[in-house]
Amino acid sequence: MSECLTFEYQVPGDDFTRAGEASSSVKNKLKMMGVDSGAIRRVAIAMYEGEINMVIHAGGGAIKVMVTDDNIRIILADTGPGIPDVEKAMQLGYSTAPEEVRSLGFGAGMGLPNMKKYSDNMQIDTEVGVGTTVTMDIHL
Amino acid sequence: MTAVRDLIEKNCFELKNRGRADKAVTKVFCCDLLSVAMGKAPEGCAWVTVMGNRNTLAVASLTDVSCVILAEGAALTPEDLACAEKEEITVFYTELPVFEAALAVHSLL
Repeated sequence: MSECLTFEYQVPGDDFTRAGEASSSVKNKLKMMGVDSGAIRRVAIAMYEGEINMVIHAGGGAIKVMVTDDNIRIILADTGPGIPDVEKAMQLGYSTAPEEVRSLGFGAGMGLPNMKKYSDNMQIDTEVGVGTTVTMDIHL
Repeated sequence: MTAVRDLIEKNCFELKNRGRADKAVTKVFCCDLLSVAMGKAPEGCAWVTVMGNRNTLAVASLTDVSCVILAEGAALTPEDLACAEKEEITVFYTELPVFEAALAVHSLL
């Protein structure tokens, strides 16, 4: 079994301007580890979208990033409201983001589609009233 | 190959923060919706937008754009400019409309 490096982050739910700090930190760490720059970009984009979703919809949450020789796994877990209709949420352009978020340039209904696009594998486990866990793999 | 340094030296726009000037400018990209930019901004592009906030810088950093050009007089707060400095993102200001700002960069590529 290959060695696994794990990074963990708590994402505060009240500060939209700070969203991205965890993704930025992971990006820098992967860069120092000499991970392929294309893979780093995909991780950064997928993780940032997830981080933004957590702040907008779930009041924050926890992120775990696990790096092995051939894979980067990102697990985003929150105890927010859950997603009532995952299929709808995956549709490009479908959004439930509030107006103040839209005025900042987000909330165009592209978060989950972007996460799917930039990861090799994405799984959503969600329960209304309990929370959502999104697991993404980016192969190296 | 055009680099951010060339944009600085040609004085096309007002330089507000000098980041990594050696970065190559691969393309010009115009977009104000950060969600779209997140998924579509090409690596190394010069990103022209009127959306000047902290999240613009986060997207710029995570998608590895070469520089951000805030058009139509859009501006960042001093705190956001400090963030651009920390993240080494080159930021320009211009009063030009988005299309004309993009055209000015395009003519140098």
